[in-house]
Amino acid sequence: MRAAFAAVLAVALAIALAFLLLPVAAIFLRVPPGDLLDALGHDVARDALVVSLKTSAIAHASVLLVGTPAAYLLARRRFRGRGLVLTLIELPLVLPPAVAGIALFAAFGRAGLLGDELDALGVQIPFTQAAVVLAVAFVESPFYFRGAIAAFESVDAGLIDAARTLGASPARVFARVALPLAAGGLGAASALALARGLGEFGATIIFAGSLQGVTQTLPLAIYAQFEQDFDTALAISALFIVVGALLLVALKLYGWLRFGSIFRSLFAPSTSS
Amino acid sequence: MAPLRIDLSLPLRAFDLELELEVGPETVALVGPSGAGKTSVLRSVAGLARPARGTIACGEDLWFDSARRIDRRPEQRSVGFVFQEYALFPHLSVEHNVTFGGGRAEGLLRRLRIEHLARAKPTELSGGERQRVALARALAREPRVLLLDEPMAALDPHTRGSVRAELHDLLRELALPTLLVTHDFEDAAALADRVGVVADGRLRQLGAPVDLLGSPADPLVARLAGANVLSGVAAPAGGGLTAVALDDGPTIYSADAARGRTEVVVYPWDVSLAREAPDDSALNHIRDEIASVTPLGNRARVRLRTLTAEVTTTSAERLKLSPGETIVASFKATQARLLARG
Repeated sequence: MRAAFAAVLAVALAIALAFLLLPVAAIFLRVPPGDLLDALGHDVARDALVVSLKTSAIAHASVLLVGTPAAYLLARRRFRGRGLVLTLIELPLVLPPAVAGIALFAAFGRAGLLGDELDALGVQIPFTQAAVVLAVAFVESPFYFRGAIAAFESVDAGLIDAARTLGASPARVFARVALPLAAGGLGAASALALARGLGEFGATIIFAGSLQGVTQTLPLAIYAQFEQDFDTALAISALFIVVGALLLVALKLYGWLRFGSIFRSLFAPSTSS
Repeated sequence: MAPLRIDLSLPLRAFDLELELEVGPETVALVGPSGAGKTSVLRSVAGLARPARGTIACGEDLWFDSARRIDRRPEQRSVGFVFQEYALFPHLSVEHNVTFGGGRAEGLLRRLRIEHLARAKPTELSGGERQRVALARALAREPRVLLLDEPMAALDPHTRGSVRAELHDLLRELALPTLLVTHDFEDAAALADRVGVVADGRLRQLGAPVDLLGSPADPLVARLAGANVLSGVAAPAGGGLTAVALDDGPTIYSADAARGRTEVVVYPWDVSLAREAPDDSALNHIRDEIASVTPLGNRARVRLRTLTAEVTTTSAERLKLSPGETIVASFKATQARLLARG
């Protein structure tokens, strides 16, 4: 009975692993490493890579810059309507990306909510690189928010109190205590958000279009090449998997290093007098 | 050294804590059961909690005054706070912990004999070392008031004694207004010049440890101080003595005067034990069964059915005390203090 149950668990794990890894393996089996590099010489792939890196970098930096202090406020303060704010911030998580694209249009489009104001400033957003940045930031920010709030909440409130009695201003408490102690969680949230942003498709194609060299990011390029040149689509996909795997490994490595330092201190020779 | 003056009302879960206290260049310990609001008092003084009303002042400096809507931020008050479990910054070295609020570390580290740990991280330290780092950090900004929240709670029982002696000497040397909070009367009595017993939102009694032991104001203070508190009915017995018929059976004699229901306070260390009732000057001999024997370092705590005695381990071994046996507990009439029912 016991052995049978153990076997069921093992089989379930084997099926899950096979299902998740087979498609990934299929890409690499179809694309030899040499072809992969050739494909990257392809204009479409190179342009898409540049657009993706540029827009993701700007979007991600903005999310970190605004999201970190906002998450700190939400983690530390208890106020009326806090629950509502937390829910609203997570709304993009449950929105289908296509809906996000339409929503961005409704806000920043020519005929949108801020259309007249933007027009008066001579700014046009849809179908520009700015639109890609907005779409990516909109979709990835809840991932960062969730993780960052949890990271700040896990910082011992007693340490914050201690810092304040030592004369530290709120800004210094944030910089010297909260930020370094939440760094691990913030890093994890940042990596997750970055990965989500790089893969953004639905909101971008609706709000920014798919113009090679301007708004065509890597996922959009894959979609475009899928019909015309399947091999290039495969090569870009393979590139994506490599970038994703590197992000994941970096994340695990960081976690391991942190865990490792705790481990070392546990087994450090005792210095007690 | 400007005194710390506290007069506040703090809303707690079950009741409000009312406290009026002036702390000069001395150590005052607040003792009480957990949940009595002791930590809230320290947090109020530090500015980490806001009392419902009252005033907190250090000399002429008003830190809190509800009537005048004054409430200085923690960073604008001058307190050194040693937190329960010490709250050392885990990501900073000992030296950087101490200099977090400014100031220099070397002198303090040397004074507290932890200069060799300057580069160590808090997780690598023993409990006693952590306590000294927390003290050094609290003192680095030369505070005008020192607050200690359960400073002995995170220590191993076997290092407790020596750490307590060192802390006692340091507090004497500093001569800062120091407010210490603990649930342990022994720690309070060992560290503080004056001890205040807090329970049910009130300061029940405030005085030198000796006075609290000698004339506890009520049963709760006596129990916190470690005494046996026995209930009974008192009646004059001639010869200036009072006889108290205990609810548990035996009658005992006290040199204090009382009539009607009363409480008898007997300290365990005033009770001696013998196999047979000795023919001595003690008036009170209670034949009783041993419930348990607990060693406490060089002493043994012997719990009988009616009261608890504390004898040296040597005596306990000589008498071969073990649970279930019958023994005679003796104490003088002068060692049975009667509490007037208020």
